[in-house]
Amino acid sequence: MNKTIITVVGKDTVGIIAKVCTYLADNNVNILDISQTIVQEYFNMMMIVDMSTLKKPFEVAAQELNQIGEQMGVQVKCQREEIFDKMHRI
Amino acid sequence: MINISEVIETNKMIEKENLDVRTITMGISLLDCADGNLDRLCQNIYYKITKYARDLVRTGEDISKEFGIPIVNKRISITPISLVGGTACQKPEDYVKIAKTLDKAAQELGINFLGGYSAIVSKGMTKSDELLIRSIPQAMAETNFICSSVNVGSTKTGINMDAVRLMGEIVKETAERTKDKQSLGCAKLVVLCNAPDDNPFMAGAFHGVSEADAIINVGVSGPGVVKYALEQIRDANFEVLCETIKKTAFKITRVGQLVAQEASARLGVPFGIIDLSLAPTPAIDDTVADTLQEIGLEHAGAPGTTAALALLNDQVKKGGVMASSYVGGLSGAFIPVSEDQGMIDAVDCGCLTIEKLEAMTCVCSVGLDMIAIPGDTPATTISGIIADEAAIGMVNQKTTAVRIIPAIGMKVGDNVEFGGLLGHAPIMPVNTFDCSRFVNRQGRIPAPIHSFKN
Repeated sequence: MNKTIITVVGKDTVGIIAKVCTYLADNNVNILDISQTIVQEYFNMMMIVDMSTLKKPFEVAAQELNQIGEQMGVQVKCQREEIFDKMHRI
Repeated sequence: MINISEVIETNKMIEKENLDVRTITMGISLLDCADGNLDRLCQNIYYKITKYARDLVRTGEDISKEFGIPIVNKRISITPISLVGGTACQKPEDYVKIAKTLDKAAQELGINFLGGYSAIVSKGMTKSDELLIRSIPQAMAETNFICSSVNVGSTKTGINMDAVRLMGEIVKETAERTKDKQSLGCAKLVVLCNAPDDNPFMAGAFHGVSEADAIINVGVSGPGVVKYALEQIRDANFEVLCETIKKTAFKITRVGQLVAQEASARLGVPFGIIDLSLAPTPAIDDTVADTLQEIGLEHAGAPGTTAALALLNDQVKKGGVMASSYVGGLSGAFIPVSEDQGMIDAVDCGCLTIEKLEAMTCVCSVGLDMIAIPGDTPATTISGIIADEAAIGMVNQKTTAVRIIPAIGMKVGDNVEFGGLLGHAPIMPVNTFDCSRFVNRQGRIPAPIHSFKN
């Protein structure tokens, strides 16, 4: 398993999750968990996904997701899970 | 499983609080490049460095993209070149040829700096060491990526005052040779005491003889993250203050450890150490001085600064040590003046002096760093400043250093602008009383009594 965290931060708007999920489905990426919250009026969503079945290089997917975010005026980031795991778990 | 608030916290550190990995530094031994023929030596050096570090920059960029953490610098440290060039170099210009070879390799690889144009002369100088030291001004003037360091003392050996005297002259000459670039050469030249073999930070990085053939060392950063954490507990007691710094240092260091392990695995080079230093940049909010202010000082340099810095330094180490399997290098808080906007402000408003900085270097890494002084400061005065710092290092069994810039043609009130990570600095006044009779004595200062631990 190649766990990756996708975060979406920005102003809430219709269809954010739908667009990101459609992209992931088209690229054969399984979603393991989704959570979202509003912090200081900003929409924050986090997805834990499994990238091991992704058919293209990681950085290409990261860039394409970023572009999808830009079209909706939100920031989409794609990071491997280890950076969060290392920082917050002993 | 990781929860959303943890993810938000990490990304806020990166995006808003300037958390980054300051450097991935690959140490490469050049001992097996030695040759009596200068051209062959240069060829060997160029070949080995470009072969070993071929993928260093790309790997750094890949890791940065995948984890979403900036990796600011990719650097190389090499065996102190005076140990490699001994038989091939008969005059200082021969060493300059090696410097240019190193510069070409650095450019080819796309790295930011290459350190190790160095000599270790803490007890005495060989002919080779002296030739290298005398070549430093020309080498600094004619290369772009090379950093130079000279270790003039240690707790075990005492201080080599002949080297201290020579380095005062070399610093002056380097300033003179690079005066059209605001004496920038001196920003890449550091004089050390108790220099570590595995330091990933410039300008003092070199790959010591105790090291393996190649190694990956990583320096983390994050004074902005510590400052932000302290803002959340303003006016809390010392226990809460220290715990907060420790926890934050732990988190910062864990990121460094992750990056180091990834880089090591991908490059097929063993992991050496994490350097726990809090390294500021000229960016707003990325300063150690502001962190000291948040602890409760009006400006860095006010009474209480040394105590606050001692506390900060110690807690960073305590938090960081558990986060990494191997800790080394300099590991502490850096207090460079030109690279830290808060320090620059403190100098500008008259709060911070060289004497107070000297006191601060007793309790943190690393020394009088990136300090611009008037260009007409005598070489013997610079040697006196170096001797003072080396004495602090020798007696306290810690690394100390002097990276001082006598900016040619400038006086107190002027400003030097280096640009980039090196920042800018106001010219600071230097005590003008003379120390030449002291500095001009021959020989060395014996090792302190507490070095005899056998």
